[in-house]
Amino acid sequence: MKRLIPFSATTALLAAWFLAVRSQTSGLLPGPLQVMRGLWELLEKGLLVKYMVASLYRVTWGYLAAVATAIPFGLVLGWFRRGELSMNPLIQLLRPISPLAWIPISILWFGVGDTAAIFLIFLASFLPLTVAAMNAVRNVPPTLLRAGRNFGLSDRGLLVKVILPAALPQLIVALRISLGVAWLVVVAAEMIAVNSGLGFLIVDARNAGNRYDLVVAGMVMIGLIGLVLDIGMRQLEKMKALRWGYGS
Amino acid sequence: MVVKSALAANAAPEAAKVAIWGVSMTFETDGKPIDVLTMLDLDVREGEFVCVLGPSGCGKSTLLNIVGGFLRPTRGTVLIDGEPVVGPDPRRIFVFQERGVFPWLTVEGNIGFGLASLAAEERARRIAYYVKLVGLSGFEKVYPQELSGGMKQRVEVARALAVNPDVLYLDEPFGALDSITRLIMRGELLRIWEAEKKTILFVTHDIEESVQLADRVVVMSTRPATIRRIVEIDMPHPRDLSSRRYIELRDSIFEEIGLAHKI
Amino acid sequence: MPTRSDRGVERVLLPIAAAVVVLVVWTLAVQISHTNVFPSPGKVVLGIRELMGKGVLWLYVLDSLRRVLSGYLVALVLGIPTGLALGWYPRLASAFNPVIQICRPISPLAWMPLAIVWFGVSEAAPTFLIFLGAFFPTVVATMNGVKSVPSIYIQAGRNFGLSAFAILRTVVFPAALPQVLTGFRLALGIAWLVVVAAEMIAVDSGLGYLIIDSRNAGKRYDLVVAGMLLIGIIGLGLDTLARRLEKLKSVRWGFQAETA
Repeated sequence: MKRLIPFSATTALLAAWFLAVRSQTSGLLPGPLQVMRGLWELLEKGLLVKYMVASLYRVTWGYLAAVATAIPFGLVLGWFRRGELSMNPLIQLLRPISPLAWIPISILWFGVGDTAAIFLIFLASFLPLTVAAMNAVRNVPPTLLRAGRNFGLSDRGLLVKVILPAALPQLIVALRISLGVAWLVVVAAEMIAVNSGLGFLIVDARNAGNRYDLVVAGMVMIGLIGLVLDIGMRQLEKMKALRWGYGS
Repeated sequence: MVVKSALAANAAPEAAKVAIWGVSMTFETDGKPIDVLTMLDLDVREGEFVCVLGPSGCGKSTLLNIVGGFLRPTRGTVLIDGEPVVGPDPRRIFVFQERGVFPWLTVEGNIGFGLASLAAEERARRIAYYVKLVGLSGFEKVYPQELSGGMKQRVEVARALAVNPDVLYLDEPFGALDSITRLIMRGELLRIWEAEKKTILFVTHDIEESVQLADRVVVMSTRPATIRRIVEIDMPHPRDLSSRRYIELRDSIFEEIGLAHKI
Repeated sequence: MPTRSDRGVERVLLPIAAAVVVLVVWTLAVQISHTNVFPSPGKVVLGIRELMGKGVLWLYVLDSLRRVLSGYLVALVLGIPTGLALGWYPRLASAFNPVIQICRPISPLAWMPLAIVWFGVSEAAPTFLIFLGAFFPTVVATMNGVKSVPSIYIQAGRNFGLSAFAILRTVVFPAALPQVLTGFRLALGIAWLVVVAAEMIAVDSGLGYLIIDSRNAGKRYDLVVAGMLLIGIIGLGLDTLARRLEKLKSVRWGFQAETA
């Protein structure tokens, strides 16, 4: 019975959408069926897969680059109080600057193309991951640090044997959230600065002929892929060895 | 300069295992200095079980942290086997009140935490021995989140013992447990102590607990804390909790603290 | 042990030192690379002066602030009741969950074409995007706030004979407030990110527009960086203001640890 509720509500919304579109005067907006057909058309033309791959490619590289740099950086900042004190104001200043505001500079440095987009994704993920790693270190319960010291661990031993394992659950949550942000940014970046990818599809479909069915089809694909990425990351959180970190 | 207290119960004829000399501790909060401990002297003999008793917030945990090397006293010093304490040391292991167990390691992993320098066989042997000693056979591969509070404390004690320390410090280890489990755990702790013969410094706010467990009970005053009195518990184990001697000793502590023993 | 006065001094000196290092490295990098496009810190400051002189600076700042606040307020007005409802009636939440899960990963900017169809090329379109950006976090924060109120509080409310609405108002809302305020602060941060992005595509004023226009209309990268700096400063200011709200005594009981 419980399963039926979301199913029925969603069906109701789809039906409402269908009817609303039927009764519109402009004929511009697509209904659910037109969107489905639009998706099929994109699939047939090979554009869907091509654009998906382009977006995913950019996200993957930018995101991985950010993970590889931000996490060690954040761990160091979290461990050395002085490091955190000196960098924190800078981080707080840079955080509110939308990655998209970096578009002119990234085009200046990297030209128009994949690298610029990857740089934007990197920027979007770097600061949040750094902050998360910093906080994860700070949040390690002092009791555990004391226990580690009690058993004679050096600084390095403490980092590897206590801080990293203790911080891991929080880090994984941060990784999931940053991936979500990266996905948002890649789409937006593609709408402004690149000539391929799902974001570009949306802009192009409208500009090249008001194909709003393709616009919405693109949006649906973006939502689906973002959802799949999120679910995938949540699976990581569920691994038994890590599950201890999530409430008891 | 060393100032040794004149209280007879303090001085030990042979060299003390743990010697606390003139320890004072002052904390600064919001710019105001707060005296937590004043001029504490205490000697603990090897193999002794000493309870430090006092109400919450009186500074007894601070004292234990100083002895354990986690805090530096404002004045005074702590010597163990004649060596001054400068920091935490695997020869003296601390057992915390709660959440001291590493949640990402199994029972085995926790107990083996300090044994990384041993050969794999020796390590496994020791882990198995202590798992059995604390009564957790069958739970080796279990994670702490699946254990009860009492079982987690057993893991901590086993982890502490596995590295064969000279001294054990226990900071209200049973404080987070229900009273029935507490009684059971006290018996278990005594059993383990008699098997391993470690020197134990045990902090508690529970008068009954101190009389049930300790060879000597160090009764602390409120802040700034000093030692009010040291009570020798001259009863052999197992102690009859209904015997006259037990009740006498317990009531004398009640009186020392200024509590009536009628409600 | 380090005393508190040591820490106080460090708190001020270290960030200044770090900032100085960054500025020096930046200046050197510009000089060494002989770029004639990328600005040095000094040029950026001059750029800000220039914008102030033309009167454009305040205009753009106010435009961006105006947009962000209107979109954000609409998000609060619609999001809070929605979140309360979804949190209080779990069936409702599970009913709408699939829709929420699909819409969440879609960047607000992707709604631009639809927004233009619905609202035309006007102020409403970017405001709608900002609303979208802030709406979901607001709903989720409110929802979670309601769900996290310990059931014993609600039982106490029922025990004293309160109606569901009264419980929501006098028990759930105050109990959830501290957590919810953090969510609102984050939503404001997101709104600020979206407004800048929205201004880069759809309008003719505001800080986002300044950045795109400065580049397109003459490769004025000094103005580009000046714009970015202003965005950072104002965004930080908004965040700090929101944190002040969280610190109000009437709410402070909810916060035990410092948030970042």
